[in-house]
Amino acid sequence: MAGPRHRSRAWRSLVAAKWPLLAVGILAVVTVVAAFGPWLAPVDPGRQSIASRLAAPLTADPRGMTHWLGSDVLGRDVLSRLLYGARISLLVGLAAITVGGAIGILAGLVAGYFGGWVDDVMMRLADMQLAFPFILLAIMFLVVLGPGVGNLILVLGIGQWVTYARIVRAETLSLREKEFVEAARALGDSTTAILFRTILPNIVAPLTVMASFNVASVILTEAALSFLGLGVPASVPTWGSMLAESRDTLLANKWWLAVFPGLAIMLTVLSFNIMGDWLRDLLDPRLRERQ
Amino acid sequence: MWTYLARRLLQSLVVVIGVTLISFVALQIGGDPTYLFVSERATAQEIEVVRHALGFDRPLHVQYLSFVGGLAHGDFGQSLSYRQPALGLVLGAFPATIELAVFAFVIAIALAIPLGVVAALKRGTAVDGAITILGLLGQSMPNFWLGIMLILFFGLSLRWFPISGHVPFLTPLLSGDLVTALTNLPRTLYHLAMPGLAVATYSLARNTRLVRSSMLEVLGQDYVRTARAKGLAERTVVVHHALRNAWMPVVTMIGLEFGFLLGGVVVTETVFSYPGIGRLLFNAINQRDIPLVQCGVILLAANFILLNTLVDLVYARLDPRVQLAGGR
Repeated sequence: MAGPRHRSRAWRSLVAAKWPLLAVGILAVVTVVAAFGPWLAPVDPGRQSIASRLAAPLTADPRGMTHWLGSDVLGRDVLSRLLYGARISLLVGLAAITVGGAIGILAGLVAGYFGGWVDDVMMRLADMQLAFPFILLAIMFLVVLGPGVGNLILVLGIGQWVTYARIVRAETLSLREKEFVEAARALGDSTTAILFRTILPNIVAPLTVMASFNVASVILTEAALSFLGLGVPASVPTWGSMLAESRDTLLANKWWLAVFPGLAIMLTVLSFNIMGDWLRDLLDPRLRERQ
Repeated sequence: MWTYLARRLLQSLVVVIGVTLISFVALQIGGDPTYLFVSERATAQEIEVVRHALGFDRPLHVQYLSFVGGLAHGDFGQSLSYRQPALGLVLGAFPATIELAVFAFVIAIALAIPLGVVAALKRGTAVDGAITILGLLGQSMPNFWLGIMLILFFGLSLRWFPISGHVPFLTPLLSGDLVTALTNLPRTLYHLAMPGLAVATYSLARNTRLVRSSMLEVLGQDYVRTARAKGLAERTVVVHHALRNAWMPVVTMIGLEFGFLLGGVVVTETVFSYPGIGRLLFNAINQRDIPLVQCGVILLAANFILLNTLVDLVYARLDPRVQLAGGR
């Protein structure tokens, strides 16, 4: 568990390492943008203007408004849409891992602690889901359910449960035989208390590492699904849907419509990946020794 | 060995049944699936006719058994937008997708090994730093976005590569026309260059990091030190002693890798207007052509499961430990 000593080591290690510090900085900016996007955006991201359609970056439209990152085919401001898009990407990423994490942790704890047929059923279900590419599963469900933030979170979340369930199960299997779990049992703690108060806090470290990598992969999948038209409704700007729209103007070489949303996705995902690497090295002593 | 083979095939069969069950459930999950097959202005009577014609008024288990029975006979239903059997359409697009996936697969494996080895051997230098940063970037960008960037830079600005299109190699080869297949090959590869790189980048980056860390671990082992102490040339130590063990994690992932690439192909094909399953699925999604989406997804998944099973069986043949486990 994270005590003051552990926190201070984490802080020193973060300050000492340049890349993770930069990643944390980028993620802080993305979080602020996601939280305050509507106030930061120069204009309403849905405001269309025929007069200023496909304006290149840093050019002013006839009304004197500067489009710092250009405008799209309907004259909407790319910067404003990008700032709004951060909200959906981050929301979907975090909510999906919360849903997937909750299901996976519960399944993993139960499977690992009780074993037997419960374990068999859970793990065979997990094997089945891992047996074919997740994006195909997501496509199939979203085509039927239709686009929408809720549906997207649900499908992406369900797609992630296996990752958590396998880690939690493996850790629970070894922890359930430890003395402190035996002691909790001998003291008469309920099964729920043993699972959530004794075992779970000891699995937080690998779960944190996994969650960091997982947000990155969920954001990439969300972008791909939005690109296919299966993400959120077309009226809501997201980085993936902005890329999908850029496809129509690709031949006209309107590069800014594709470059900026893609860079936003890449920087965010990169930051989560660097964070994941750093957390793994910090929290897993075996790996730290190997470095 | 035979026990292992039988058990592995049985497991694959269970997974295939699971895939059909998931596809069936996916269709039911949004409520009465009849509404997916009728227009928004259909009257109650028309809806009832379609419901009866498609069998959606029967109990669910009967519907599922009839669905699986149809699949077993190659009946994946009619495509709603093309008015043709869905299976024929998907099989027609399959060779192009296989060409792209194989091309990307070769890039992802063939380049990852030298890059990972060099990074490990030059650990801590600028070369290692550059490869590591490129690896991180490769794992962080959406493959379809990389595709768009390649089109903008190498396709539209420099005009080095075609931005769309496909020259078939597998189709003439499968129909026995070897001359056409070989004549087409250079142009096939030329057209595959950009979409192939876009699909491969994520895997290439991941494999490079995997080879690097695995190589670093192996280089610190006693047998590598012994090989060096014996006075063997560094090249022999690296290639014959270290690399042979270091690339095992990559080999273990080969089966999953190909399936992963098939998943990536779905999105990238639409960027390059590449006439494979991905673009077919994309069009089917836009038309809400459910039977075609189901057929494409089930066949891709079945392909993935088949490949994984084959890879596992090859391992069982090569790795004595697996044979022992199966013989128990």
